[in-house]
Amino acid sequence: MKRRVIDGLLSACAALSLWQIVVWLTGVPSFILPGPVGVLRSLIDNHALIAENAGTTIVEVLLGLVLGAAIGGATALHLMISPMARRLLLPLMVFSQAIPIFALAPILTLWLGYGMISKIAVTVLMIFFPVVSTFYDGLRRTDPGLLDLARTMGATPMSTLLRLRLPAALPAFGSGLRLAAVYAPIGAVIGEWVGASKGLGYLMLLANGRGKVDLMFAALFVLAAFTVLLHASTSMAARRMASWAKETDGSGI
Amino acid sequence: MREAPPGLQLRGDFHHAGQPLFRDISLGIEAGKWTCLVGPSGVGKSTLLRLIADLDTGGEFSGTVTAGDERPVVPRVAYMAQTDLLAPWLDVYENVVLGVRLRGEAPDRTRAERLIARVGLEPHRHKRPASLSGGMRQRAALARMLMEDRPVALLDEPFAALDARTRSEMQELAHETLRGRTVVLVTHDPAEAVRLADHIIIVSAAGLSRYEGLAGDAIRAAEATETLAMQSGLLRILRELPQ
Ligand SMILES: Nc1ncnc2c1ncn2[C@@H]1O[C@H](COP(=O)(O)OP(=O)(O)O)[C@@H](O)[C@H]1O
Ligand SMILES: [Mg+2]
Repeated sequence: MKRRVIDGLLSACAALSLWQIVVWLTGVPSFILPGPVGVLRSLIDNHALIAENAGTTIVEVLLGLVLGAAIGGATALHLMISPMARRLLLPLMVFSQAIPIFALAPILTLWLGYGMISKIAVTVLMIFFPVVSTFYDGLRRTDPGLLDLARTMGATPMSTLLRLRLPAALPAFGSGLRLAAVYAPIGAVIGEWVGASKGLGYLMLLANGRGKVDLMFAALFVLAAFTVLLHASTSMAARRMASWAKETDGSGI
Repeated sequence: MREAPPGLQLRGDFHHAGQPLFRDISLGIEAGKWTCLVGPSGVGKSTLLRLIADLDTGGEFSGTVTAGDERPVVPRVAYMAQTDLLAPWLDVYENVVLGVRLRGEAPDRTRAERLIARVGLEPHRHKRPASLSGGMRQRAALARMLMEDRPVALLDEPFAALDARTRSEMQELAHETLRGRTVVLVTHDPAEAVRLADHIIIVSAAGLSRYEGLAGDAIRAAEATETLAMQSGLLRILRELPQ
């Protein structure tokens, strides 16, 4: 854990130095590409403005993530139970995934208004597919030996689903949530770009329009930092949810 | 056990994608005894066991599996495989009561604890499978089988992956705890078969045949001269089987 934090800080330092070096070497004016110091200054100067807008985005992302995980989880379970749902829903899901979220966002804003609801809806749509497909996949990959055993024990299909398939699929569900944690902020920001009066996406658009590139970068930095944090805490929660599943990295290969 | 163990009879043909594996086969299992199925791998021993338990075999079976008392077989069998099939997210206790939970019943805690103690896992009952040795995991699987309290026990090479000493301990424990049940044990190990069996059935491409060289009662001492003689007799027959 500590090691990972140190690694993260090291790679951040490397990226920041590289950025500063590029700015120095090319001599681009700060209204095209501000250096890290300029962005930091803008972050400090505008901290109240950024914090207020970040708050809105964070609430949208968290609500969207929780709601998307719940709806996605329930959908995957439903797909396991109902052959009808498999036949109707599976093709529809792939089809809906083929529609770019950028095309849907304006319609959602039209239907649900300029407030938070439309952003939460975009976020949910964004993460729905990865959550459902990873979890559904996990539910279908239960050890056949365990299912044989359940059969000889006289288990009902429902208890097999809830007591064997579901717990066995939690590591896969965790992977889905980790993906979702990275996608969710993108969903919220797309929602804000399409039409909003609050949020980091709105702030970035505003700053860009007024030529305040440093403010745009500052907002972008806050968004990215939040995403990293969200991903880390989701990973931790996912690992706790399936603590029995051993993780192995490639170092033994 | 609440009821007398039944004898079993399997008759019929079995095909994998049109290819016959058994033709007009008749397998009789005596009630309350240990019957060992031995034979080369791939000949269909596991398939026979899975047909008795009505598990998926990936082939087509046309025939019947009946009990001596004419009552249904499937609800009276318990199954144990080479891998322990323990749920990795459950501790030993919860794995032992898995069947009860899957049927939506309330577990008899004292009985479960007693069975866990019986297989020597009392100090480990709150551990998950990952922190147990292979032998301990098979003990847990045995306790789970005993918890099911079925009169028929189907064992598919359950000790094959254990080291020699643990295997011999497990054989003794299984023989002791499954006493009085109808047991079908699949094994590729002649030593295991002559140690545990009341009857040995040799499964080969040519069909089923009985090994007639068994004498005395199980469980036989592994190092006794008579046991070793039976073992080499069985091995000779297995080596002479057509490939
Ligand atoms: N699902 C399946 N589909 C097709 N062939 C199979 C399948 N399962 C097993 N077999 C074949 O059936 C034969 C018997 O398998 P099995 O009963 O596992 O043998 P044993 O337990 O004696 O080693 C093997 O030749 C195997 O290749
Ligand atoms: Mg086999």
